[in-house]
Amino acid sequence: MSQSTQTAKLMVDGPVHGRGPWHRYVFTGIVVLLCLWVLVPIYLLVVNTLSSPADVNAFPKRLVPDVNTESVRFFLNFAGVGQALWSSVKVATLTMILSILAGAPAGYALSRFDFRGKGSFRVLVLMTRAFPLPLLALPLAVMYIRVGLDDSILGLALVHTTLALPFAVLITYSLFSGIPIELEEAAWTLGCNRLEAFQKVILPLVLPGITASAIFAFVISWNEVFAAAVLTIENRTLPAFLLQGLSVAPLHLKFAGGAVLVLPALIFIFLVRKYLFSMWGIANR
Amino acid sequence: MYPKSLPYLLLLPATLFLVLFFLYPFTLVAWQAFTTDTGDFTGEFFQEMATHWKFNTAMLNTFLLVLAVVPFQMVLALYMATLVNGMTRGRDFILYIWTIPLGISDLAAGLIWLAIFEQSGFLNSMLHGLGVIEQPVGFLGYQNKGTIFLAIVLAETWRATAIVLVILVSGMGLIPKEYAEAAEVFGASRWQRFIRVTLPMLKPSLQTAMILRVILAFEVFAVVVALGGTNLPVLMSEVFTWQYELRDANVAAAYALVILAISIACTLVIMWALRVPKGARV
Repeated sequence: MSQSTQTAKLMVDGPVHGRGPWHRYVFTGIVVLLCLWVLVPIYLLVVNTLSSPADVNAFPKRLVPDVNTESVRFFLNFAGVGQALWSSVKVATLTMILSILAGAPAGYALSRFDFRGKGSFRVLVLMTRAFPLPLLALPLAVMYIRVGLDDSILGLALVHTTLALPFAVLITYSLFSGIPIELEEAAWTLGCNRLEAFQKVILPLVLPGITASAIFAFVISWNEVFAAAVLTIENRTLPAFLLQGLSVAPLHLKFAGGAVLVLPALIFIFLVRKYLFSMWGIANR
Repeated sequence: MYPKSLPYLLLLPATLFLVLFFLYPFTLVAWQAFTTDTGDFTGEFFQEMATHWKFNTAMLNTFLLVLAVVPFQMVLALYMATLVNGMTRGRDFILYIWTIPLGISDLAAGLIWLAIFEQSGFLNSMLHGLGVIEQPVGFLGYQNKGTIFLAIVLAETWRATAIVLVILVSGMGLIPKEYAEAAEVFGASRWQRFIRVTLPMLKPSLQTAMILRVILAFEVFAVVVALGGTNLPVLMSEVFTWQYELRDANVAAAYALVILAISIACTLVIMWALRVPKGARV
């Protein structure tokens, strides 16, 4: 990864910016501005979350919070929030497990074997990208009532798995491709069968990457709102719960909810940052 | 060496899953949009959809949003990617900051920008502090559709440029440096190298990013509801209204098919426009 980015650096070292000292200042200035563009809105949400409900609704606002947990406590004690949080965690965890269980074997097959139908399978996976997947929730809502999956954690997790599975396949495919087949072959010659070789040699090597793609699946499910709002009534996930309350909820409830929604996603992205770029490098192909 | 069936066994779970929860529902949704409860073919749901007073507005708003957001964020992300590649120190740190919005959902992004644009929000507070306004302005009120639109464009650009950046940066990492070196030998300037070498070599990544973003931009939903409520209907919010509030799954399905058709058409156009000739692949 670092080697490949090195080559790019040489190549694109600034069609836009020269090397003079003056250019350096402009360059640094623009980079700082873009960082502020990303960070300031998040900071403002934090300010609102850490202000008392009275301050959130007051005008004009101050840019520094008085660090008051009243808004957060109000949100967490609000009827239905605890249950929505729990539903979100359950759906996201189930999505994570399902997408890895179905995705990783496919990724392994794509990286290690040549067989008829390989191309068609890749097309099927890539096709998911050209479709607005949350719309799947509409026909599934009808189907779920028929099979008794309506308003269930599993039903929603299955839809979310459709969103996460293509990523899981492509990411694990790139992970397995990065491990030389010779390692596996060496294990075979030393008397391991295919399964043992996989367990003892390949699995320890890909485990961190698989964890990263599992986390990615978790975030996809955690953030999804449309299908969640269409498919659940009693078992609302947090985004669906917040969406439902948008037109009626008081401001401090919305902002505290937004912060609770953002926080885990931020932590997760921090954990997988190392894999973000290699994940997409291969997904382009 | 291995049984012929092994790769197929490994692919089976994922394939079954995609057939059952991806291909099959799409045939169901088409069925739902075109047939009545008794199973007769009908176009009445499309008629009902198209003659509803919100249809044209929703269609127009969605297209305007796509046109305002996607080209802007593609250029922005391309610029950010070249900035990152020009960095000698702190590259990983800056990249991490710039990709933070990647983890933020559209609903959360809507709420974040609501904190800025709402009546007692930070924009009003700032303008008040500067003495520009006496009373807070209702930027997101129904009479201010322009500012609602602007707020949505900002929120979407803020949130979704990160994914384009990630795709483009990893795409640039795949370009062999020999091409740039050759161009340099032949006396190409930086700008020429960027236009003639980097951009064409980046086509596959640009294509991926474009398709992904255009599809998602036509699906724009939670940001719009968070910032505009029902004041700025878009296609996806209409699907939701028909399905959830008006309880008419057939018209919702008709809407879904329209979004689907637009998405597929756009994907094909982008694939064609940014195609890479067979002989030119790395």
